[in-house]
Amino acid sequence: MYRTDMYQGQLAETVMVNGANGDTINAYMARPLGAGPFPAMVLAHHMPGWDEWYREATFKFANHGFVTITPNLYFRAGHGTPEDVAAKVRGDGGIPDEQAVGDLAGAMQYAKSLPYANGKVGIFGTCSGGRHAYLAACRVQGFDAIVDCWGGRVVMAPDQLNANFPVSPLDYTKDLSCPILGIFGNDDSNPPPEQVNQHEEELKKHNKAYEFHRYDGAGHGFFYYHSPAYRQAQAVDGWKKVFAFLEKNLS
Amino acid sequence: MCTMIVEKIKVDGSGRGKDGWFTLEGANVSYDHPFNAPLEHALNIDFVNESMGPSARVAVELSEQAARELVKTILAVLDQADAGGHL
Repeated sequence: MYRTDMYQGQLAETVMVNGANGDTINAYMARPLGAGPFPAMVLAHHMPGWDEWYREATFKFANHGFVTITPNLYFRAGHGTPEDVAAKVRGDGGIPDEQAVGDLAGAMQYAKSLPYANGKVGIFGTCSGGRHAYLAACRVQGFDAIVDCWGGRVVMAPDQLNANFPVSPLDYTKDLSCPILGIFGNDDSNPPPEQVNQHEEELKKHNKAYEFHRYDGAGHGFFYYHSPAYRQAQAVDGWKKVFAFLEKNLS
Repeated sequence: MCTMIVEKIKVDGSGRGKDGWFTLEGANVSYDHPFNAPLEHALNIDFVNESMGPSARVAVELSEQAARELVKTILAVLDQADAGGHL
């Protein structure tokens, strides 16, 4: 908790990290100034891309004391404005799950290598980023906490699977390697409440540590203050739960 | 991507982007999150020339109703042109 008599500083910059398939990709990084050791966070950006909201979220986590790295999961789609790049990815039907997991794992390894990090790394994602974060926390060892905010398509029907998305993330639940916090809006259509319930049942079945919070009067993306989806009271409470969960699991 | 509902088609024509006119090669039609329209999902059309990079794009984001009206209107205009011997 910040006090008015505390020194606070932050460094934010783009860095290059190792990603999937031996590729090098760029990432946005923000960290508190000071000797540390600090816990770290990897942020999995949402479908609208490596955009301003995610750069600001990177600052926000750093402001709360986390070394924070947000890899550009759309790096291979070329460069331009975040919207133009994200539109290209949208037109191509998304990015392969395996590639996203590899990029997020690379960011996690980068975070663990930093001399001022405490070795604990969490992962946070919203929308498609919540889904990617869940996949990464199931497929890769090394994360200590995951926050899934309204990740859609964690529960997938067989006819939704293809070369890019070969396995429903729900089917990896048995391999989840860390506690999970889920934040959902009850008016969301993707994931709808029944899929959130299904996800919770799978976590229970495999004895995973989880906290799910469901908000009435909120739909998809209710943290997004630049969007009509924003719900002030629910978002404020949701952020409190996010930071309480991370402080408990990453300190 | 959240819905992953997208179709890609080749198109002939020109589009006016932020740097002026360019030759179109394709259109990506999706029903997914828009960037600007105040909707959770929209019918998005990106007219693109991918060989020119991601910035060669003319974008529209339409409500479902607007998209259906647009489709009907395009077909009606083409029918009129056909009836007038212009096609």
